[in-house]
Amino acid sequence: MTSVMIDTGNYIAAKAAVMACPDVVAAYPITPQTTLVEGIAKYLGTGEFKGEYICVESEHSAMAACIGSSATGVRTFTGTSSHGLLLMHEMLHWAALARLPVIMCNINRVVGPGWNIWADENDSISQRDTGWIQFYCSSNQEIFDTVLQAFKLGEHEDVSLPVMISYNAFILSHTSMPVFVPNQKDIDDFLPKRVAKWKLEVENPITFGNIILPHEYEKVRKEMQDAQNNAKKLIPIIANDWKKRFGRFHGDLLEYYKCDKADYILLSMGAIGAESKVAIDNLQKNGHKVGLARIRVIRPFPTEEILKLSKKADLIVIDRNISVGNEGAIFNEIKGALYGKSDSTVYGFIAGLGGKDVTFGDIEKMCRKAIEGKVKDHQVWYGFEEV
Amino acid sequence: MKKYKVSTTISYPVKGAMGRTGNWRVFKPILDKEKCVKCLRCWIYCPEATIIRNKDDTIDIDFEYCKGCGICANVCKVKSIIMEREGKKE
Repeated sequence: MTSVMIDTGNYIAAKAAVMACPDVVAAYPITPQTTLVEGIAKYLGTGEFKGEYICVESEHSAMAACIGSSATGVRTFTGTSSHGLLLMHEMLHWAALARLPVIMCNINRVVGPGWNIWADENDSISQRDTGWIQFYCSSNQEIFDTVLQAFKLGEHEDVSLPVMISYNAFILSHTSMPVFVPNQKDIDDFLPKRVAKWKLEVENPITFGNIILPHEYEKVRKEMQDAQNNAKKLIPIIANDWKKRFGRFHGDLLEYYKCDKADYILLSMGAIGAESKVAIDNLQKNGHKVGLARIRVIRPFPTEEILKLSKKADLIVIDRNISVGNEGAIFNEIKGALYGKSDSTVYGFIAGLGGKDVTFGDIEKMCRKAIEGKVKDHQVWYGFEEV
Repeated sequence: MKKYKVSTTISYPVKGAMGRTGNWRVFKPILDKEKCVKCLRCWIYCPEATIIRNKDDTIDIDFEYCKGCGICANVCKVKSIIMEREGKKE
């Protein structure tokens, strides 16, 4: 029996995490993630969460505790945001290089100064190179479904990598929406107990993270890359398996929305990705042939899928982040994916930094400017330049 | 011993897993067996387990792996271990 739960993104993520039956949760509270870990603490009180809850003194310690826990072969979950994620930075590399499938929600929040707690994707975008798989969600239902899919993906023997599930501060983390919640037995069938690739145990003493020589280290990196490529194949398989079992689908690497016969494809992610659907409806009503490909996953990067889109359409990219000194990260990576293989034009916009609201009206305006040829071949700061 | 096939750095307990660390030594512990009172503090404190405990609680030192850190000399209550520079002429 599926039930319906109306709650905020954070409480929904807590519900999903607890239904995955983790053995250990180690976390430190930070706005806007706080209600996520409070949610898990509440389930500890009601007895629904049967694992160990480790209260730590910092996010660096939280991730270190998760690494230790995951190294003993058990299922491990945590959550953080912004400065908390950045304090974990060293440990994020550790988790990925030790091939430990720690699952973490990151609530996308501005990095200070100036001090600001609203939505902005620079926190997780700046962690792209750590080896973690990165999902971006656009609704509370997608948060619920993706958290459970993430455990299955990260713990898969062909992947064995940590997974980060990001969603925008407040727009999702503190906004209530109805979410379908399957019963525990069906979740257990989808997600059986973790079988670890390796583990620390008393009867069979080993240790990890020791010295290795240069040629061996290179192999470790290469196999991480192979694992990310395996994840690229598995994400659609797991998403379709979920659809078959529970009837819901949010796309695989990308979510395609009204892309048939489109001359332009808008690429956006997170909360802007959800808002983009309304913009696409309005633009198509007015005769503009614009479709949407909402990016769900940026690590592994959906290079082949985006290249395929570019064969039929020009691309419009909205980044809620900026790699200062260069350009928006997604704009940059999409151009990299297309290099030498596509003649399609890529239009880039920076919008919504610091939690600035990006409405469907704003998205329509950006698309119109691109379609009308009013965007020069550089990335436009929406609201700063003539747009 | 269970062997794992996984592409990360895992080490199994073997003697000298870090190589012949005796090569690192600059100072060498010299044991005066006459002075030793068999308290075994050196055996407890040696971080590399290179103090060999004999059946009668006398000790020997494994110079293949002793790094010469000097902790044994430091914890010895009766100064039966002193540190001497390697290669010093007798």
